[in-house]
Amino acid sequence: MPASAAKKPSLPDGLVAVVKRDCPTCALVEPVLRELQEASGRLTVYTQDDPSFPAGLRAVDDRELEMSWHHAIETVPTLLRIERGAEVGRTVGWNRKDWEALTRVSGLGPSLPPHRPGCGSMSVDPDKADALAARFSGGKIRSRRIELASLEDEVESLFDRGWTDGLPVVPPTEARVRRMLEGTRRAPDEIVDAVPPDLAPASVEKVAINAVLAGCKPEYLPVVLAAVEAACTDQFNMHGVLATTMPVGPVIVVNGPIRRAIGMNSGVNVLGQGNRANLTIGRALQLVIRNVGGGRPGEVDRATHGSPGKLSFCFAEDEEGSPWEPLSVERGVPAGASAVTLFSGEGTRCVIDQKSRTPDSLASTFAANLRALHHPKLVLAFDAMLVIGPEHARVFRDAGWTKARLLAEIEARLQIPWADLARGAHGIAEGMPEHFRSETLPKFRPGGLLLVHAGGTAGLFSEIIGGWQSGPGGSQPTTREVRP
Amino acid sequence: MTILLDPTSERTVAGRALAARPPSLKGKVVGLLDISKPRGDVFLDRIAERLAGEGAKVLRFAKPTYTKPAPVDLRHEIASRCEVLIEALAD
Repeated sequence: MPASAAKKPSLPDGLVAVVKRDCPTCALVEPVLRELQEASGRLTVYTQDDPSFPAGLRAVDDRELEMSWHHAIETVPTLLRIERGAEVGRTVGWNRKDWEALTRVSGLGPSLPPHRPGCGSMSVDPDKADALAARFSGGKIRSRRIELASLEDEVESLFDRGWTDGLPVVPPTEARVRRMLEGTRRAPDEIVDAVPPDLAPASVEKVAINAVLAGCKPEYLPVVLAAVEAACTDQFNMHGVLATTMPVGPVIVVNGPIRRAIGMNSGVNVLGQGNRANLTIGRALQLVIRNVGGGRPGEVDRATHGSPGKLSFCFAEDEEGSPWEPLSVERGVPAGASAVTLFSGEGTRCVIDQKSRTPDSLASTFAANLRALHHPKLVLAFDAMLVIGPEHARVFRDAGWTKARLLAEIEARLQIPWADLARGAHGIAEGMPEHFRSETLPKFRPGGLLLVHAGGTAGLFSEIIGGWQSGPGGSQPTTREVRP
Repeated sequence: MTILLDPTSERTVAGRALAARPPSLKGKVVGLLDISKPRGDVFLDRIAERLAGEGAKVLRFAKPTYTKPAPVDLRHEIASRCEVLIEALAD
């Protein structure tokens, strides 16, 4: 039962004009409209942008564009004749002959030129058309409707149905989902991808419903969609990231102008609480995996400990304050485009160095801390993301070190002698198997260390986010552009 | 009255009955699937030895990587060639 299968609102009998103040032709015909109302008394004017226009005609406010959309208005002014609720004639723009024929009034607008083309109707503005269609076409929302009993508490009912991550969610009413869908130009029935672990197809609409649950604003939806796309690639391997006993989940790094446009945090407490966009985008992705993909803890999700980041782990890079190119640009996205990069990561680990004032000293600090990742005797198996705070980044900026230089310097410091890695070495059974034997081994595979610039401007700290099984046999960092 | 939209895939999971347990493995084709975790082969080698001792015909399979589901062709091959399957998860 499509509860809001939008009924086409009918136009009043008589003459109907649809106009907007922003159109010079509409302004031109203003005296003609006044003349028609006086002559026929049965003229109704709908205005798309300013209810006070045309002055004195008591125009009907159609800023929601509902009337314009339902009656397929493509040009303003459009003049229609309605009889017994049905349209019997229409003309667009200003053409004296056509207007006279339709209105059956002669001598209209004697001081006006004989004709003048109209302007585009706001209801066909490419920026609005899809959102209006999603909103007004009624039947396009296809998800099953669930009617709650009158005594059922909305929030409790969502817990009862198993659709939450353990925190309360926003009830996905049709109105909220329709508003969410206005955040993208993509059609609600477009399939984004098959979501692991069940490989169930997720439509834009299903993603929007889960974005509502998560608490997103409509303008976050394109970022959520890009994150879902990245998560569903074989390269990122969300199935494995979910199923593993390790404590990892998708970490989303957002780059480009959309960070600022939707108010994401890349500064103080960047990896913490308090910013709606950061928190709800990461949460929406996890809810898509749970609800559409069927990935739930204790079922396919076999994490031994998990991590708080599996509720949500999403943040923006501080590009403005960074000495380096953004992560997305380094990974091939054009500068100025918005993108998400997904990394399969665990919790965060603080790197403290309040003494280093040279890049060499600070690179050595990073290397020493990264060496212990997961186990000091395990190498090449795991990627890592190093989130460099502004006060640390300043040391490299002042020294003129590029990002590539810093990565190379860290790599050079992480060539570890076999004697420290072999199983049994230093009295520890864990270590690298014999077939890896070599004089030295690098801690990370090539490209296995990602650098991101973010954090508050006070504090000589950086953060390590450890990864999961790296490379083609595990999960590889995955970048996707954000599309409107 | 509140009407909510279903956030799930709306799939109904098909229920499938377990295959009947064979009274004996003698003469049966038993597949051993190694998910490719370290030392899974050690476990499966021993199982293969024991099964052969009971008169079963043993076929060995391995996933390309333990981090991803078994490819569909591998699953099909196992389903079409084996009567019984044992999967080994090891570390």
